[in-house]
Amino acid sequence: MTDLIAPPRSNPFAADKIVSAATQFLVVAAVLTGGYMLFVTTQGNLEARHIESGFTFLGHEAGFPIGDSLISFEPADSYGRAFVVGVINTFYVSVLSIIFATVVGVVMGVAQVSRNWLIAKLAEIYVEVMRNIPLLLTLLFVYGVVLAGLPSVRRSIELFDGGFLNQRGLYLPRPLPLDGFGFVLAATVIALIGAIALIVWARRYHDRTGVAVPSARISFGLLFGLPLLAYFVAGAPLDWELPVLKGFNYRGGLVFRPEFAALLLGLVVYRGAFIAENVRSGIQAVGKGQREAAAAVGLTPGRTMQLVVLPQALRTIIPSTTNDYASLVKDSSLAVAIGYPDMVSIGGTMIGQNGQAIEVIGMWMAIYLAINLVVSLLMNWANLKAQLVER
Amino acid sequence: MAEVFVAAPDLPPPPSTTGAIGWLRENLFKGWFNSTLTLLAMAFLAYAVPPLVSWFLIDATFVGDAETCRAAGGACWSFIGAEFKLFMVGTYPNDATWRALLSGAMLVTLFVVTARHMLSPLVAAALWLLLPIPVYWLLGGGLGLEPVEESRWGGLMLTLLLAVIGVVVSVPLGVLLALGRRSRFIAIKSLSIGIIELVRGVPMITILFMATIMLPFFLPEGVELGVLHRVQIGIIIFSSAYMAEVVRGGLQGVDRSQIEAAAALGLRGWHTTVFIVLPQALRDVLPPLIGRCIALLKDTSLVIIVGLLDFLGIAKAASQDPAWLGFDAEAFVFCAAIYWALCFSLSRYGRSLERRGHGAFRD
Repeated sequence: MTDLIAPPRSNPFAADKIVSAATQFLVVAAVLTGGYMLFVTTQGNLEARHIESGFTFLGHEAGFPIGDSLISFEPADSYGRAFVVGVINTFYVSVLSIIFATVVGVVMGVAQVSRNWLIAKLAEIYVEVMRNIPLLLTLLFVYGVVLAGLPSVRRSIELFDGGFLNQRGLYLPRPLPLDGFGFVLAATVIALIGAIALIVWARRYHDRTGVAVPSARISFGLLFGLPLLAYFVAGAPLDWELPVLKGFNYRGGLVFRPEFAALLLGLVVYRGAFIAENVRSGIQAVGKGQREAAAAVGLTPGRTMQLVVLPQALRTIIPSTTNDYASLVKDSSLAVAIGYPDMVSIGGTMIGQNGQAIEVIGMWMAIYLAINLVVSLLMNWANLKAQLVER
Repeated sequence: MAEVFVAAPDLPPPPSTTGAIGWLRENLFKGWFNSTLTLLAMAFLAYAVPPLVSWFLIDATFVGDAETCRAAGGACWSFIGAEFKLFMVGTYPNDATWRALLSGAMLVTLFVVTARHMLSPLVAAALWLLLPIPVYWLLGGGLGLEPVEESRWGGLMLTLLLAVIGVVVSVPLGVLLALGRRSRFIAIKSLSIGIIELVRGVPMITILFMATIMLPFFLPEGVELGVLHRVQIGIIIFSSAYMAEVVRGGLQGVDRSQIEAAAALGLRGWHTTVFIVLPQALRDVLPPLIGRCIALLKDTSLVIIVGLLDFLGIAKAASQDPAWLGFDAEAFVFCAAIYWALCFSLSRYGRSLERRGHGAFRD
């Protein structure tokens, strides 16, 4: 048998193919020409202003001090190292903010659906107020009014022996490990591995026999108990360096500067409100029938939340919260407004000194894009985990 | 005659389950955990509210100068009153203030008229797109009006200008980018995806730095662009990428059968997109578009980092005024209250649209 209708032959000269190819060619040509013209103009402008190009400047001496740094930094160090300090600070403040904002968001989100009217209203007020005020305003307020309202160095609030709070920051004793502290660290690692093993085993045991082992409580005790035990067995191998008032300021000890504190606080209360909103809508999206069924089989409200509502709510909470984490990392760039040395404010200083804006902005963008990519990969993975719960 | 059974009247519900007491028991004191939470929250309120009330109202100064304020110890609202013009329009010249007021009135009128659905969607959209022209003429002068330098534009006026023009220009650009992202031309598609993801991946402040520092390098010699315009361009680029993602959601939500039906009627390519897909997509994404407008309004405050004196910038600057030193808390609180009122009412409007649902623009 032969086909009655011949299959349409692909014709390379069909009208729409030509239009398609021509359009694409025009777009590509326009982009390339535009790009080339931009490149030529930029080069001319840079030469006219005597601005170097290329990344050799990263090896030159920076010449400015940095207030907060997790690695050692001197003004004589290079621009490259200064930028690394900024990147580390961005990561540091972002990770801490993400952790605290998640805690605040979950607490406030659950509080918003609380049956306690007062608690629900208070949480709602917090969310509606913080969400509708610019983050930068919150930051400037915390930095310029709340923290600046703290007492001067001379009148520091003494929280406890060796802990001081004043305008210059929060001063805490710095732990100095002595011989034998390795023993405590080893105990911590063992406790961590033990706790994970216990939880995995308890889940399998529960699946097999239906008998629940209180693994959460035991592993919690393990995580705190074992290192504490090791600490005392090894003879308390920690020394504390206390901050001491010398001249006009405290020296030594562990310092949290107001810039860092303001940025952390601002990011946490702002993003926490958004996460709370995700958690609230996620919980409310779980059908009422699920809760009633859980109550019918005799689960307590707490167990209902833990075993029935939250696992289902996570499916809607995780994607939106991923976006909030990515936004938080980007928001940490507002550090520049209050002078915390994150990568944007250090890069800004560098642009001010040598004018190599294109390179610095390129470096910012590359790092933020990389962070975004990592966050979304991690969260896709978490999302996959949560989706599997669905049957 | 058999005795007819007459039921006794219903007993009223126990008093502990109705009225104020019942409400309290149900909502505040159900179980020991709930009661503890309530007591803790009440303790917190008792601790936090009285000092705030006395600062805001009881000890506050409403009339007087800085000395009266310092003596009273509470909030200094007379400072806001004294600097009110600065907060609203920055250092805009006094004899031209009416032009700023008129622009504001046009914005408010257009907003009210749109929000109450008094115009057909097409007319409303056209008016919004045209709004920047008279506003720029009024604020900037020319054609018979005294010119006012852009460096004198500031305050709430500048914030609203940046936000409104940002939205008005970035929505059409966002639509184009979103269509480009769905284009079957691979070159257009990858270009759109590249722009959207690059812009969405970086903080707004880097885009603003790029616009203020790098843009002059890109311009040919002799072409000068004021910092305000550069910042506005940065805001538009930033916002377009986000608008594009919102619009894309709407485009994906339009049922395939609509496109097939259009094809069956003989509509082709662009006609289907413009007359069938886009109207439905845009109507569906109005609530999230309003969400983006709120975000943009808040984000415009970042322009103070590149040196413009918008509403927040003026609040910060006003508290440095030597005559009124030490009242930055009042300036920030006032600023926050206005931002909050604007954003909160916009978000309520968004929610009302969401409730109206699919009928939003079908009257």
